[in-house]
Amino acid sequence: MTQIAIEFNNVSKRFNHAKYNAVDDVSLNIKEGEFITILGSSGSGKTTLLKMINKLYEPSHGIIKLFDEDISTVDSVILRRRIGYVIQHVGLFPHMTIAQNVASVPKLLNWDKQTINIRVMELLKLVGLNPVEFMDRYPSQLSGGQQQRVGLARALAVDPKIMLLDEPLGAVDAITRLNLQDELLRIHGGLQKTFLLVTHDINEAFKLGNRVVIMNNGRVSQFDTPRNIVASPADNFVNSLIESSRSQEKFWEGLR
Amino acid sequence: MIEYALEYPDKLYFPLLEHIQMLFITLILSLILASILTIITIYSESLSKTFVYIFSVIYSIPSLAIFALLIPLTGLGKTTAIIVLVLYNQYLLLRNITEGLKEVDPAVTEAAIGIGMNKIQLLFKIKIPLSKKAIFTGVRLAVVSTIGIATIAAFINAGGLGSILNDGLRTVNTVKILWGSILAAGLAIGSNAILSKWEQRL
Repeated sequence: MTQIAIEFNNVSKRFNHAKYNAVDDVSLNIKEGEFITILGSSGSGKTTLLKMINKLYEPSHGIIKLFDEDISTVDSVILRRRIGYVIQHVGLFPHMTIAQNVASVPKLLNWDKQTINIRVMELLKLVGLNPVEFMDRYPSQLSGGQQQRVGLARALAVDPKIMLLDEPLGAVDAITRLNLQDELLRIHGGLQKTFLLVTHDINEAFKLGNRVVIMNNGRVSQFDTPRNIVASPADNFVNSLIESSRSQEKFWEGLR
Repeated sequence: MIEYALEYPDKLYFPLLEHIQMLFITLILSLILASILTIITIYSESLSKTFVYIFSVIYSIPSLAIFALLIPLTGLGKTTAIIVLVLYNQYLLLRNITEGLKEVDPAVTEAAIGIGMNKIQLLFKIKIPLSKKAIFTGVRLAVVSTIGIATIAAFINAGGLGSILNDGLRTVNTVKILWGSILAAGLAIGSNAILSKWEQRL
């Protein structure tokens, strides 16, 4: 039996001065090795849900467990070093070279220099960047897609079991986006890590996720495999999402 | 004028050195205090605003008034002068440091926290290196302001270039007044020019 990697038990989050819960009574079990995508429009609570896993936000109610350990009992800095984190605006450190960026977490964990160097090379290759060409460059010398590859390498550096990706492909052009989606699938397939990816793009969510969490107004509308979701949408919201995607397909068909 | 400088070089040379010495002691103490205050402020946003506010109030008090107020506590002389100069500098330094730190790209800050940096690491590895220009501007302003206000400190027997001006004014000696002015202005303008050049290279 595969282990449960991430467990949400009746988790809610209400921000200060807010009238509604950003995340409202969510319970989910995510198994180790899954690629989960969280789909929702802006304000649906999808990013809030993700950020509670690495304690960038604290839940107002409920318990989150990673590998059966209640994260409220773990120091947030230590917890974050065990979880890979990738954000839309990448956030590479502009004053550090690519190699130094990728080496950030190993350095925080005081790995020795040689181990770090070997790991950086390995990671740059993994994300499809030639180490010799890129390691001494600065982030500003890279394209958006290349920067996000570095962001991915930085997040993977200490081999975290869980990877959180907050709209990682939201700011790259359409072609790069498709390439990087394939890369993500390839990397996930080879590593046996649990990936959680937030997106507002239904195609991306259904292409990448082996299961998809669909969120609406802080609640989970449906959590299932793409096939099951399409076969039996749980509510009107899910239905309209699928319809919107279908009508776009028709639009493309019409252009033929 | 030139004859005066040739005849009594030590009468110009000594106050100039004294002035520079006062500048360096003030600058070092100011930076130490500002660093401590900055580290405290990373744990509380409101504290940071409070500090800047308090020092802006102090900064707005005319220097001669603060010198006079402190004399009963710390007496005449350099100590009092340096205390006042350090207090003044806190406003210039803290305002520039907090503004600089605030302007760091939020995505960079989020990434740094997200990968597991603690507050001190975030400050020293990310925020300070990325706002060194703003911080350096603060240092430059503090240097220029210290050179200027230290001239006034001659009124409370702190020595420095202000003492040449004081003597000159008291004895209506134009040569002394001119030398005092030239040296004080030259030191301020020169330091500003050098530090500006340096700042541009950051």
